[in-house]
Amino acid sequence: MNSSTPYIVEIRNVNKWYGEFHVLKNINMQVRKGERIVVCGPSGSGKSTLIRCINRLEEHQAGDIVVDGIRLTSDLKGVEAIRREVGMVFQHFNLFPHLTVMENLTLAPLWVRGIPKKQAEETAMHFLERVRIPEQAQKYPGQLSGGQQQRVAIARSLCMNPKIMLFDEPTSALDPEMIKEVLDVMVSLAEEGMTMLCVTHEMGFARTVANRVVFMDKGEIVEENEPEAFFHNPRSGRTKLFLSQILKH
Amino acid sequence: MTAETAPLPDLKPPSSTIGPIGWLRRNLFNSIPNTILTLLALWFLWQIVPALYDWLFVRSTVEAADSRVCRDAGGLCIAFLMEKHRLILFGLYPFEQHWRPLAAMCLFLALILATCNRRFWKPWLWLCWAMGLPAVGVLMWGGVLGLRYVGTEQWGGLPLTVFLAAFGMVFAFPLSILLALGRRSKMPAIQALCIGYIELIRGVPLISVLFMASVMFPLFLPTGVSIDKLLRTQVAFILFAAAYLAEVVRGGLQAIPRGQYEAADSLGLGYWQKTGLIVLPQALKLVIPPLVNVFIGIFKDTSLVVIIGLFDLMNAAKQALIDPNWRGLAVDVYVAVSVVYFVFCYGMSKYSQALEADFNKSHR
Repeated sequence: MNSSTPYIVEIRNVNKWYGEFHVLKNINMQVRKGERIVVCGPSGSGKSTLIRCINRLEEHQAGDIVVDGIRLTSDLKGVEAIRREVGMVFQHFNLFPHLTVMENLTLAPLWVRGIPKKQAEETAMHFLERVRIPEQAQKYPGQLSGGQQQRVAIARSLCMNPKIMLFDEPTSALDPEMIKEVLDVMVSLAEEGMTMLCVTHEMGFARTVANRVVFMDKGEIVEENEPEAFFHNPRSGRTKLFLSQILKH
Repeated sequence: MTAETAPLPDLKPPSSTIGPIGWLRRNLFNSIPNTILTLLALWFLWQIVPALYDWLFVRSTVEAADSRVCRDAGGLCIAFLMEKHRLILFGLYPFEQHWRPLAAMCLFLALILATCNRRFWKPWLWLCWAMGLPAVGVLMWGGVLGLRYVGTEQWGGLPLTVFLAAFGMVFAFPLSILLALGRRSKMPAIQALCIGYIELIRGVPLISVLFMASVMFPLFLPTGVSIDKLLRTQVAFILFAAAYLAEVVRGGLQAIPRGQYEAADSLGLGYWQKTGLIVLPQALKLVIPPLVNVFIGIFKDTSLVVIIGLFDLMNAAKQALIDPNWRGLAVDVYVAVSVVYFVFCYGMSKYSQALEADFNKSHR
């Protein structure tokens, strides 16, 4: 992508409060189609809140968020339109435990997009093969390992054919040996040109995949740079401190 | 280099921990307090079982002209129950027509039993209901096909109890789901309405609701308009049960983690899709035990219609006691009626356990 590629997410002067607590402070950020952005920062810095504002799981109270040409307001129609185009992967997977893997994958295509069942199941099978667990299609989420569940969750989002994928700490709840299988899937997604916004502490992933790394602290964007420059020449003291803490061991 | 060691071979468990003796040791005599409890329970059984056996089988009376013979024998008066069983089971329904409520009830229960089995959840089941319910109605009311007309004021006994309870549950349940959803709604008007309804109904006794339905409600109707008393009672039951069920359902809704809502939201599901496909299936599964608790309560609460003059199973049983020839047999008749109530309630309880086991098997 280059500077002529259109923005798919535009965040302008966004502010948000939890009661008295100012959790997002005047955030500005743009994402172009095909860009892969990693958002990092200490816990409580507002990074999860920021990406959850993009599909309005959280409401911002001031400023503008425009996703795929639609401005986010309290209008439910607009919100649902945006959610159809934005996939999200959660820290705790949030698969539907009462449905099989296949049913988890076909639910939204069937009910939201109105795709015929057979076609939805073919698409689901295709994406299960992409995340390399087609043999688990008839199992329930509770029967899978954490890494498998997270891969199913990614496939579930992909079945809606989203224009952009949000990842909210997708590997934080996983055992170490399962992190790689999930990151592998994310890397292959990135290689195919998916627009990705990813909150993660996986700095290796940020280095190899991201076009830009955004560092947040105390509700504001402190630094935003290409990974090479971000890791080797951090400009702010807070970034340096964070990197030294996260990369030391 | 590390030395490879073969895994240890499996050994048999000690013989005192397996088989019937092992079971006794583990479950009945595994500690001193438990041993004391076991012995106490055995003593208790020794006291109760022979006496009960005596009352039921040894001293019971099968042939008797009146209650004096029974009282002298000192056991269960089977003769009385045989004499009065049709009054108890069918109340004031015309005697020679008793086959009709019997057939109607059997048909109705067969439909319910078939519906309980999820293998039968096919389109033809709807057809069965669509044909079965009118058939039940025709049998009960009559007035067509050469059947004599029998008004609802003459209905009674077990069929009445079953109909009141079944329709009460079937209509109260969906209403309760709407009330529970409404109580959690973000819209203040709907929320206030649902809270007001639930708290008001829960705050008054069922008896007063029944009284209002049977005595006060007709006063508000314009002259010339009258609604069947049984129907009014049925509606009162539904409204009352829904308030209780709503709080049970709400408990289930609250147990669903926020992540489930967020996942459904992020996929673009609308409110009713999210509720119907994601939230309710999980929430209702969680609250099966308290739901069945309320259902069983509804079934037994039908006996309260006695105070507005309907002859349900319990009230019909009381009528059997009025007969001057059969005085002083309250215990016998209440035991008999209790057995009938127990069979139905135990059936519901067993069904709910099977349902739970079924869900747990597949989901986790």
